[in-house]
Amino acid sequence: MSAAHDESANASTVASKEDRVLVEVEDLKVHFPIKRGVFLDRTVGHVYAVDGVDLRIRRGETYGLVGESGCGKSTLGRALLRLVDQTGGRVVFDGVDLSTLKGEPLRRMRRRMQMVFQDPMSSLDPRQSVASILVEGLRAHGLDTDRVATDRRLRELLTAVGLPETALRKYPHEFSGGQRQRIGIARALTVNPDLVVADEPVSALDVSVQAQVINLLGDLQEEFGLTYLVIAHDLAVVRHISDRIGVMYLGGLVEEASSDALYQEPLHPYTRALLSAVPVPDPELEDRREHILLSGDLPSPAAPPPGCRFHTRCPWRQADRCDTERPALREVAPGHRVACHFAEDIRDGRIARHAVAAEAVDATTGLPGVTSSSAAGPASVTEVLGP
Amino acid sequence: MALLEVRDLSVVFQRKGEDPFAAVDGISFDVSPGQMVGLVGESGCGKSVTSLAIMGLLPQRGVRVGGTVEFEGKDLLRLSDRELADRRGRDLGMVFQDPLSSVNPVIPIGVQVSEVLERHEGLRRREAALRSAELLERVGIPDPGRRLKEYPHQLSGGMRQRALIAMALACKPRLLIADEPTTALDVTIQAQILSLLSELVRDTGTALIMITHDLGVVAGMCDEVNVLYGGRIVERAGRHELFAEPRHPYTAGLLASIPRLDAPRGERLTPIRGSVADNIPWAGGCAFAPRCPNAVDACVERGPEMTREGERLLRCHNPVGRPAPSEEVPAR
Repeated sequence: MSAAHDESANASTVASKEDRVLVEVEDLKVHFPIKRGVFLDRTVGHVYAVDGVDLRIRRGETYGLVGESGCGKSTLGRALLRLVDQTGGRVVFDGVDLSTLKGEPLRRMRRRMQMVFQDPMSSLDPRQSVASILVEGLRAHGLDTDRVATDRRLRELLTAVGLPETALRKYPHEFSGGQRQRIGIARALTVNPDLVVADEPVSALDVSVQAQVINLLGDLQEEFGLTYLVIAHDLAVVRHISDRIGVMYLGGLVEEASSDALYQEPLHPYTRALLSAVPVPDPELEDRREHILLSGDLPSPAAPPPGCRFHTRCPWRQADRCDTERPALREVAPGHRVACHFAEDIRDGRIARHAVAAEAVDATTGLPGVTSSSAAGPASVTEVLGP
Repeated sequence: MALLEVRDLSVVFQRKGEDPFAAVDGISFDVSPGQMVGLVGESGCGKSVTSLAIMGLLPQRGVRVGGTVEFEGKDLLRLSDRELADRRGRDLGMVFQDPLSSVNPVIPIGVQVSEVLERHEGLRRREAALRSAELLERVGIPDPGRRLKEYPHQLSGGMRQRALIAMALACKPRLLIADEPTTALDVTIQAQILSLLSELVRDTGTALIMITHDLGVVAGMCDEVNVLYGGRIVERAGRHELFAEPRHPYTAGLLASIPRLDAPRGERLTPIRGSVADNIPWAGGCAFAPRCPNAVDACVERGPEMTREGERLLRCHNPVGRPAPSEEVPAR
């Protein structure tokens, strides 16, 4: 399916170039096997890190992906770049199905999609100078042909991310966290990508420095016409930088809407709880506003609950359908998709909230009410991937 | 009378061949029973070192602690190790940031909770186990009987933090210090833990010192907020006053630099320029001066004194809004 083919049902937009889809994700699945045994290496189960996600990222927009740890948002970002292999579904990047690519064509395609990592301490090689970090990507893609031109390019990039040109000769340890994140961003931009996946780009930074990097990401998008997928757990940050937002829970997208619509009228119970849980630095509002406290923990992605994945913690859970039928993502308002059977009823107040007893979730097995230290499954995907 | 009176607390780290570094540089504050006091600041502002100094948990070597920390009239800094050990866990409870590294991974949760009760209240093992189960139930851990036998790795992050709070509360301490208790947790779990802490303070009258970098967390719960920068308190006010009208340029800068859920979207953030690395020592001026949009000549000539303005304390030559109050706070 080509990008031009897309007829996204967004009422307010005209079919301009900006409106075209750059990335199309269809029913993407990433399952990690849980292996046990020294010799036989049996697969005893799977971690359903990403389990059937559909989304589209348009050219030039910022798509924000939020969710709590273990919901699969980072894995989705990695699968988009083929840094992990998908189990099912497909990712179409600018009309090309990435899962059909391998070897050299895939490598060449990677020039167009780059990543900015969370931790600027560990994502830069401490023994490489900044110049060598930046030039590495250019070399790999055969763009380092002319020494003068490369030099000029590096200087331009440093200026663009707000670092002095003298930084080229320095090493990562000579910079503060915020500056290091700027280097990480410059590195992603060296090869002139179309898509930048930023996985928690500011969460390792101090509050006063976060704003510098957030503003920088916005400026660079304007300057270079970038498309962003920003993955973060901080809802205020995601709302600030994203045009559209997808909310993930246990490997699936539960709600997707424009940034304003999502925050003004969250329709999925999980989104509502998530938004109400974010502390706001305004005592008046904090005293007044309603907090929806979720009971219990996120179930393990190795044993997701049947039916709606959120039904074990949902304060609006109904007796029928919720625990048997997994709700599909459906359009409730133009451009606003929700995976909840009762979204309209909850919105219109026909269903009242009720108390939920916390279900004991075992961090090791993820199975409610099962005591077993022998069935040691992982608690989250990060644990599976390891350091 | 205040339960805890911290006066001119200073912590200086001294390493061989290096200049001494004052992580905490003369901090004074009071905490009354049932009061929630917030210490807010970014990394390196001295908020955690303050809490460690109060609890007497700093290493003996290479650290100089000055000032006084009076708990019910007794200076904690002058107590012997033995006396202090008697008070920690009984009168003073502490909840740390990372619940996994602050529990013993090879000892079941139950043993770790009852240990406090056996040590301080002289309970027998069986009684202590019963009380532990009650405590776990109290902090909202489902099926406490089973959880007691489990090891820390079998509990989720939120449950571990709850267990840690249960340990800290086991002997009904009169002061609880929570050092970034929710930073490692997800936002829905954070909401659970914060509401649990507020509830406990309300029910038991425990005083709480809340240490965090998140202004949203203090806005919702702390009665009084101290903003720290470079090892000193730069502004103190009630939470309503502080957030309605921040006076110190650093407080105002922090508030302007965070994206907010309650503000219209798309406005450009106003970051604080530079980073903590740009600080200058307090002796030669205001540590924040190199990053401060309001800096005047006086800021790099002499360190600003703490001044009082109604209920508010402020350390600034040129505050946001109105000019600096002239009345200086007498050294207490």
